[in-house]
Amino acid sequence: MIGPILFSVFAVAAIAGALGMLFSKNPVSSALWLILTLFCVAGLYLTLNATFIAVVQVLVYAGAIMVLFLFVIMLLNLAELPRLQTGDGKRFLGYVGACGIFAALMITTSSALGVLPEPVSVGVAAETGSALNLATLLFTQYALPFEVIGILLLVATIGAVMLAKRRFV
Amino acid sequence: MELAWYWTAAVAFLIINFLLVSASVLVYAERKVSGYIQARPGPNRVGPFGFLQPFADVLKLVLKENIVPLTANPFIHSLAPTLMVIIAMGAGGLIPFARGVVIADMEVSALVLLALTSISVYGVTLAGWSSNSKYSLLGGLRSSAQMISYELSMGMAVLSVVLLTGSLNLVEMVEAQQVGWGFFGWNIFRNPIGAVLFIVTAFAETNRTPFDLPEAEQELVGGYHTEYSGMKFGMFFLAEYVNFFVASFFIVTLFFGGYLLPFEPLIISAFPGLADSILLTVLQILTLVVKAGFFAFVFIWVRWTLPRFKYQQLMTLGWKYLLPISIVNAMVIAIVLAVLNAF
Repeated sequence: MIGPILFSVFAVAAIAGALGMLFSKNPVSSALWLILTLFCVAGLYLTLNATFIAVVQVLVYAGAIMVLFLFVIMLLNLAELPRLQTGDGKRFLGYVGACGIFAALMITTSSALGVLPEPVSVGVAAETGSALNLATLLFTQYALPFEVIGILLLVATIGAVMLAKRRFV
Repeated sequence: MELAWYWTAAVAFLIINFLLVSASVLVYAERKVSGYIQARPGPNRVGPFGFLQPFADVLKLVLKENIVPLTANPFIHSLAPTLMVIIAMGAGGLIPFARGVVIADMEVSALVLLALTSISVYGVTLAGWSSNSKYSLLGGLRSSAQMISYELSMGMAVLSVVLLTGSLNLVEMVEAQQVGWGFFGWNIFRNPIGAVLFIVTAFAETNRTPFDLPEAEQELVGGYHTEYSGMKFGMFFLAEYVNFFVASFFIVTLFFGGYLLPFEPLIISAFPGLADSILLTVLQILTLVVKAGFFAFVFIWVRWTLPRFKYQQLMTLGWKYLLPISIVNAMVIAIVLAVLNAF
C-alpha cells in the first residue's frame, strides 16, 4: 500500500509549503515554498495516475509561471517585509482554533447536505489520465468551455499588452 | 517490459557514471578543440596528450576552500548548484539508449523533458540571487529571461515532432523514424525547420555560446557563479557539460534517428541473427553515442567560432524570428498531416 503513504507525504508537504509561503518574510523564500507546494500537487496527481496533468503542472506552474514570479521579485529586488505584528501566541492560537472550528462546521454541514465528496480510491486505471483520453474529452464533450477559456486567455493577453503600452501622462 | 527495480537502479547507476565521466572527457575535448581552433596545442602536460588534465582539475576543485559570501543566503547558495546537477542528470534518465534500454519510459516523456528544461532555470536564477552580488544577480536575471524566451520555441519544435509521431513518448518517436529508405525517415528530413529550431534553442537553453550572456565574462566577471568556489563551482561546471551532452542526446533522439542504426532494416535482413540480440543493443548504444558525440563536438565548435549575441539581438531572435517560425512550422505540419490523413 504505497499509494496512501505517498498521498500523505505529498499532502503534508503541500500544506507545509503553503504555510511556509504565507509565513516567510522574504519574498524569494515565499516563492520557493510555493514551488514546493506546486511540486507536491503534481505528486498528488501522480498518485491518481494522472501523469499528463502532473507533468503539465510542473511544466506550466513550476516551470513557467513561478520562474516569472521569481524574475519579477528579483528584478524589483524587494526588501524583506517589515514584521506587521509582534509575535503573539494568543493570536496564533486563536487562528488555529478558528480554522479548526470552521473546518468542523464545514464537514458537518456538507455531510448533512450530502455534498461531501466520495473518497477516490487510489487505484485509478492508468488510461484515465492519459493525454489521449484528456484530448478526446476536451475536443468533444468539453469543446465549448475549452474554446471559451482560450478566448478568455487571449483577452487577458491583449489587456496586458494594452496596459503595458498605455502612456502615463 | 517490466523490469525489477534493482535492474533500473543498476542502469541508472551506470548512466550517471557514464554522464560524469563523459563530462570530464568533454571538458578535455573542449580545451583540445579550442586549442586547435586557435592554433595552439591545448592541455598537453598531465598524462599522455594531457588526457589526465580534467581529472587533475576535479581534484583541484575538490581540494579548494568552499567560500560562502557573508551576505549570501547559505541554504539557497548551496541548493542552487545541487539543483543544477540533479536536473541535468535527471534528464539523462529519459534518453532511450537502445531498444528497451531506457530508465523512465513514460507515456509523456517528451513533456517531462520540457518540464526539466523549464525548471533548470531555477538553479541559475537562485545562484544569481542568493550570492547577493550585482554581477551574479544580473547573470541570473539574464538567464531567466533568456530561458523563458527560448522555451516556447523549443516547445513548438518538440510539438512538431509530436505531431509527426502521434505520441508524446520518446521511444515511440525514435521508432517512428524507422520508416523510409536508409536514414531518410529521420525527422531531420521530414521536419528540417523543426530540427534547426530545436538545435538553436538547445544552445540557448544550455547557456552555450552564442547564447552565453548569463556568464559573459567581460561584463559580469563570471555571471551567476561569480561567488562560487571549490566544488560548488565544480558542480556548475559539471552541470553545464552534462547539460549540453544530454541536449545533444535529445537532438539525436528527436531528429537524427536516436539509437537507430543507418540502414537498420537492411542490416537485419542481411544478418537475421542480429535481430533482438545483445549485439544489436550494443550497436545501437554505440550509434547513439557516436551521433551525440558529433553534436557535442558541434556545441564546442560553435562556441569557439561564433561571437556572443548582444542582449537585444538575443531577444529579437527569440521572440520575433524563432517563435513565429516555430508556430508556423508546427501549423504547416499539422495541416499537411491532416490533409494526408484525409486521403
